[in-house]
Amino acid sequence: METIVIIGNGISGVTAARHIRKLSDKRIVIISAESEYFFSRTALMYVYMGHMKFEHTQPYENWFWKKNRIELVHGYVTTLDHKNKQLHLKEGEPLAYDKLIIATGSKPNRFGWPGQDLKGVQGMYSKQELEQLEKDAPDNEACHRAVIVGGGLIGIELAEMLRSRDIPVTFLVRESSFWNGVLPEGESQMINEHIREHHIDLRLSTNLVEILADENGKARAVVTDKGDTIECNLVGLTAGVTPNVDFLKGSGIELGRGVKVNRFLETNIPDIYGIGDCAEQHESIGNRRPIEAVWYTGRMMGETLAQTICGNKLEYKPGHWFNSAKFLDIEYQTYGWVFNDNARKEYEEHFHWRHPKEKICITISYHKENRLFLGINTFGIRMRHEIFDQWLSEERSVDHVMEYLKDANFDPEFYTQYEDAIVQSYNQQFGTTIQPRKKSWKRIFIKA
Amino acid sequence: MKTIKNIGLVIFLIGLGIFTALPLIGTFSLSQSDFDQLVMDNNLKSELFISAIEQDVVGKQFEGMQSLSPIVSNALDKANTRHRKNKEYKKVIYIKQYDMAAMIGKRAGSGFIAKNKGLMWFLTFGLGIFGALLYILPNVVLLGQKGIKNDGIYLENATNRGWIAWLVFVSLVTFYLVLYFRPQFAVNWTYLVDPISMELSGNAAGHWFVYGFMYCVVMTVMAVRMYIKYRHNVYQMVRTTSVLFFQIVFAFLIPEIMVRLQMPYYDFKNAFPLDYDFFFQWNLRSLINSGGIGLFILVWGTVLTLVIVPVMVYFFGKRWYCSWVCGCGGLAETLGDPYRQHSSKTLLSWKVERWLVHGVLVFAVGMTLMTLYSFFSETGTVLGIKTASVQNSYSLLIGSFFAGVIGTGFYPIFGNRVWCRFGCPLAAYLGFVQRFKSRFRITTNGGQCISCGNCSTYCEQGIDVRAYAQKGENIIRSSCVGCGICSAVCPRGVLKLENGPEKGRINPTQVLLGNDVDLMHLVNDK
Repeated sequence: METIVIIGNGISGVTAARHIRKLSDKRIVIISAESEYFFSRTALMYVYMGHMKFEHTQPYENWFWKKNRIELVHGYVTTLDHKNKQLHLKEGEPLAYDKLIIATGSKPNRFGWPGQDLKGVQGMYSKQELEQLEKDAPDNEACHRAVIVGGGLIGIELAEMLRSRDIPVTFLVRESSFWNGVLPEGESQMINEHIREHHIDLRLSTNLVEILADENGKARAVVTDKGDTIECNLVGLTAGVTPNVDFLKGSGIELGRGVKVNRFLETNIPDIYGIGDCAEQHESIGNRRPIEAVWYTGRMMGETLAQTICGNKLEYKPGHWFNSAKFLDIEYQTYGWVFNDNARKEYEEHFHWRHPKEKICITISYHKENRLFLGINTFGIRMRHEIFDQWLSEERSVDHVMEYLKDANFDPEFYTQYEDAIVQSYNQQFGTTIQPRKKSWKRIFIKA
Repeated sequence: MKTIKNIGLVIFLIGLGIFTALPLIGTFSLSQSDFDQLVMDNNLKSELFISAIEQDVVGKQFEGMQSLSPIVSNALDKANTRHRKNKEYKKVIYIKQYDMAAMIGKRAGSGFIAKNKGLMWFLTFGLGIFGALLYILPNVVLLGQKGIKNDGIYLENATNRGWIAWLVFVSLVTFYLVLYFRPQFAVNWTYLVDPISMELSGNAAGHWFVYGFMYCVVMTVMAVRMYIKYRHNVYQMVRTTSVLFFQIVFAFLIPEIMVRLQMPYYDFKNAFPLDYDFFFQWNLRSLINSGGIGLFILVWGTVLTLVIVPVMVYFFGKRWYCSWVCGCGGLAETLGDPYRQHSSKTLLSWKVERWLVHGVLVFAVGMTLMTLYSFFSETGTVLGIKTASVQNSYSLLIGSFFAGVIGTGFYPIFGNRVWCRFGCPLAAYLGFVQRFKSRFRITTNGGQCISCGNCSTYCEQGIDVRAYAQKGENIIRSSCVGCGICSAVCPRGVLKLENGPEKGRINPTQVLLGNDVDLMHLVNDK
């Protein structure tokens, strides 16, 4: 029987394993050094915040793995010997494989800042880092202030976590506005306001210069490029992530920043594949980045690769881009492409609407010549994935999207609906006379 | 703000403390005239019992029900034993010992508590309400920006099965045991609400009136908490208002007013088989003997269960009843909300749930068929089994222990829907309709789920919501009461409760939206 070994028990590796099991009887082994069982990394923050216990982050009960004959090895892979098709672990016998899937995910970036390895300095990515945070910042008596470096999704989540225990937070963001490497200006500004509403000391256009140590080798303050020294007991480094592939250096596998893979998710070595955060496409797919450190893409690669491994060779062909996040209390969803002001294509125009009082806004991008709908960012209004996916596939115009916008609303029942206001603002801006159509179950569930 | 909260907590605890002490204190002395009246009202014919009470109780003073109650019980027990032995069946008293003690106690109350009902109400209910509101209201400011506020739930003793939770558990269980099995100790509580009961029905309060009043008070105060906690979520606000309205108006006020109007006591929203004794012989007789209104209730109760309930479930899911109307659901959604995360999500508990809840439904329906057979054929037994003993065991095991003691008492440890999930026969019935013939579903939003587990953690019915959401599948489960919290706590906007066309409601998927369209077709279209 063929043995499939998967390094990494995150969403990519586990999805691959589940689908291989659905399709075949192959022996499946998953190796992880981080945790015994699969957990949802995106949920770690809720453990610290007290919304859940760690066990709740595990999507499958512990008996699931044995029942589905997925062997779990709790260990750390030190080297890969692809000539003999073997993995060497830190402890125990080498492990032989017929096919190997590398799904080792990411690790937090560290850009060589002085003091980055001090005690009290950490990222917020792994289970171990969660445990470290619980030790170093259990409350605001042990941690008088935390400084977070790096204004991305993990940074704002770490800020939210610490604020849930009333720990004062200073948030250093390199950019001139929060996450404006991705978000258009209006949205980014709104998030800035919201961060400050949560009593987070947001410092834009500010870089870390060094972290100062106390006599015990523990972080006591950070120095910024604005010349400020900020006293603190904890430094969170959240300036993005990078593929976790150091153990593959010199193994013969072609590496860029991550494991180089082709559209079939194959590496340069036969029978070895790379999926998830650690995989790097030779060439970008559409507007996507070569490395996509996103939950959904990891899952999709796992779904695709399982087909290939089980004899139905498939290219990785992700559909329309989508993503989501939550910035403190504001939910964010995106479908299709809405680029920030710098990355915007020359044909891309935006329609932006923001609620006069609430933290609710949307941005719709479209082609300025043919008015083709390109994508939407929505903040504080939930929208239907299926509907936007359909509109993108059907290459609908932005006017069509406006007319049928009510179909896309996914907010809970009785919520105030803003489509009329949005369309009114759109009509004013473009001199159109679009009448929003009433929501239709028939259209919404047409595919069913 | 924190100080206000703490002051509120102290005031609440004082009120609760006094309330808790009441069953064991108070002065009781029964006058001859009161006793004569009691004998007459209840048509007591046992001279043994009457003389025993006249000798040992009348004119004497007792401190606390614990000193009076055993004397009454003993006297009643002795008298009945003697009468049975002598085959003087007409003299046997069929009132239960503890009910008799409660009846005598109610008339014998003569101390400070019985004489200062208003003041005592203020010192118990008044302080409790005031303190609780002081504790809750500052959250408007303390909770900060509107949004989901579950911070610290698993870090706090009271909501994470710590000693406070266990203390609440023991208190609730004890309270229900007193209520169901030792009502004589609730006599002092009835004095507190006598004035209110007089206003409503014109009668002095019994222990069930205390319970009904307390139920409304607790729900109202905890509804304020709901309004503050979920102030960003209109669905929760509307639903909380609805459930509160039905409790106060339909379960509490209307039945009491009906009694004042010489009509039968009836809760118009309490549907059979949750209202398990609706078809009991005594209830049928009482309804038939109540003229037009009795017949109306009889027809309404039958139509409610056979037509209204399933039709509404078809259009809206069982949520219209379980989390919008029902009293049990109402308490669970207000008092129980802080404990919702404790319902077990394991496969094992799901298996237990299915056997238990459907077992109770079979029990209830079987018992009712026996009852109706007995009623129409005027026999006491069906196939050699006594109908009355089946009814009694249902009343005791399901009606008292399961629905009351376990159902509410277990909130702090096993979550707020123990009864609704494992025991309620009406829920089981609605569940069948919801599962097989309904427009209701919780829609999963394409491929947006990140498997975080908030939905599953906060599902009070123990549904592993995530198991469906992460597969892109809609959630169609008979046990779902549509409280809407999974949708509220979802950080990615993945879940929506909605009523739509039946077609495609159940949509098993393997590969989720967002991946290659061809692959999705290949795997999902089987």
